[in-house]
Amino acid sequence: MTDLLSLFRTMVRIRAFEDAAEAASQGGVSWGGAATGKPGEVRVKGPLHLSTGQEAVATGVCAHLGPEDLLTSTHRGHGHTLAKGADSTKMMCELFGRATGYNAGKGGSMHIADFSVGMLGANGVVTAGLPIAVGAAHALKIRKTGAIAVSFFGDGAINRGPFLEALNWAQVFKLPVLFVCEDNQISATTKSAPMTAGTNAASARAQSLDIEATRVDGNDVEAVSDAASQLIAQIRAGSGPRLLHAITYRQKGHVSVDPATYRKQEEVAEALKDDPILRARALLAQRGLGEQAARIEAEAKAEIDAAVAAASAAPAPDAAAAYTDILTTGEGMWK
Amino acid sequence: MTDFATTNTANEPRVSTLTYAQAAAAALQEAMRADQHVVAMGEDLGRGGVFGQYRSADGRNLVDIFGEERVIDTPISEATIMGAGVGMALAGLRPVVEMRVADFALCAIDELVNQAAKNRYMFGGQGRVPLVARLPIGIWTASAAQHSQSFESWFAHVPGLVVVAPSTPADNYGLLRSALQCGDPVVYMEHKELWGMSGEVVHEPVELGRARVAFSAGPSGRTDVTLVSWSRQVHVCVDAARALAEQGIHAEVLDLRTIWPWDRDAVLASARRSGHLLVVHEAVQAAGFGAEVAATVAEHTDARVARLGAPRIPVGYAGSLELESRVGVEQIRQSALRLLKRA
Ligand SMILES: Cc1ncc(C[n+]2csc(CCOP(=O)(O)OP(=O)(O)O)c2C)c(N)n1
Repeated sequence: MTDLLSLFRTMVRIRAFEDAAEAASQGGVSWGGAATGKPGEVRVKGPLHLSTGQEAVATGVCAHLGPEDLLTSTHRGHGHTLAKGADSTKMMCELFGRATGYNAGKGGSMHIADFSVGMLGANGVVTAGLPIAVGAAHALKIRKTGAIAVSFFGDGAINRGPFLEALNWAQVFKLPVLFVCEDNQISATTKSAPMTAGTNAASARAQSLDIEATRVDGNDVEAVSDAASQLIAQIRAGSGPRLLHAITYRQKGHVSVDPATYRKQEEVAEALKDDPILRARALLAQRGLGEQAARIEAEAKAEIDAAVAAASAAPAPDAAAAYTDILTTGEGMWK
Repeated sequence: MTDFATTNTANEPRVSTLTYAQAAAAALQEAMRADQHVVAMGEDLGRGGVFGQYRSADGRNLVDIFGEERVIDTPISEATIMGAGVGMALAGLRPVVEMRVADFALCAIDELVNQAAKNRYMFGGQGRVPLVARLPIGIWTASAAQHSQSFESWFAHVPGLVVVAPSTPADNYGLLRSALQCGDPVVYMEHKELWGMSGEVVHEPVELGRARVAFSAGPSGRTDVTLVSWSRQVHVCVDAARALAEQGIHAEVLDLRTIWPWDRDAVLASARRSGHLLVVHEAVQAAGFGAEVAATVAEHTDARVARLGAPRIPVGYAGSLELESRVGVEQIRQSALRLLKRA
């Protein structure tokens, strides 16, 4: 199902999730570390990296994946996780640090994961997901499962060594892996361009290794979906790795409590006009599907409201859980 | 450990004489035969590994037995060798990840410490990373400062990792087999100066986390001093124990074999019997694992404790400089005597 309505549904679920997570994080720890607000009222703590504005990339790519396909993500992983098929309530529980969360409260936003749908985790270390995806793809190839691996990463991630290592490895072994550069043009609080040598660096660096790369407007969900569909079909047919370079925009600060004063209001205002959800909504209206779109948006909000309510009521992990799921070897020998 | 099928059909475990390197190759070979999910990867594996540890006793390279898909020659990309190992493990394989020497594993430290070690906990038990990372350690004659280091204490410090350091061919066989079954990420540290050591190997797994008595105290059962060590230094301790025996001092040498989890019970029991504990390791003494053993014994027994390791200097190239980093028999003997207040 890759029609615009179903793509729209995924995008607005992600947006609703990000908005709710952001609201629940306000009053937590400010950018710079000082505590603000009343700790008891803050339900999402710690660094919360929102993907608001980037929904079309996760949505367009994951629309072509099944649960057997494996995915590694970034620190900004809520959208990828939802798009891959995870349950919004278990995700929200994790952000709230509840025992009922996907990671049993041990991971939080930065490590959100649902292995049951092949989502192998967000990652607190920039670029770290690429070698893991390459290994997963390598295993899938050896095991001849027919599945593929996908790795999302930011435009800042291409400047760390494991990017080159992973792309080279994938090409040398002709692995079934799609690299997706989610190019929001900024890295934390610094514009990426002056920090990155070369033009169209993500695509160009892939091409230097003879890996075919496609650049796409990352705010046009149909364009992303079409491009991803083609690349994934090639990969499934045995082409080896491909790279999708999607240009998008990060509407919020680096973390939820970052006011992003390092960029101009005019720039943000201009970028907001290109919001992928606005664009898809307008298209749907043009196609006479405005009413259905409105219903889908209402459903998404209701779903996420229910997730927040469930997460608010869920229990915190027992302190004893701090000692579980570390090692099996030597368990019980002594603490 | 139920998913492990042994290929041995006889009732008695097979026994053979192998080098330390061949013993590891035999363990890997038998594990690969028993479980098709076991794969090995690293630089130069196609040539049998730089130390021949991927070459079976009959001289064949494991790649010729299992094929390039399961014994994988990789680019010089340590971060991705380790990171791919994590991904492979998550996707259902049991990778053996070769780092050539422990020193180069530092290029893969994020993948080992932040990814492999943290996966299971961070994701609330969703992920398991059953990988064995082989990080050869230790001084290797005239290999100087970047090919001679022993980092076992670094990895023992990291929650989520198992750390193993075998000292004999028998243990290199048995511990590698157990490492390949255990389901946790294992930092498996072989000593480069032991590759050629020959010995009798019983083809059976050796339980992780259990120490071995490498040298027994006197026939009376009296123990004057407990020497705790691991890896190559065990052999130096045994020589020191022999020298002490000539002086009428009965030393018991315990080979920890597994640095994490380590056999605290065996060490405490021996220290209680002897009242004197000396931990000896090849690694730099400062912040070494000997400090952990010594402190634990001090906290739980009345034994007098001491530790002995290398000075905090890089390993030098010239023989005279390298020697400064080696902990020798005489030093161990002197330390034991001082501990016993007989020096
Ligand atoms: C190895 C590493 N270095 C630095 C950081 C701190 N950090 C977190 S996100 C980030 C920016 C990454 O930029 P990009 O990959 O473009 O992703 P974006 O945040 O823009 O989505 C940085 C520097 C980190 N988490 N890991």
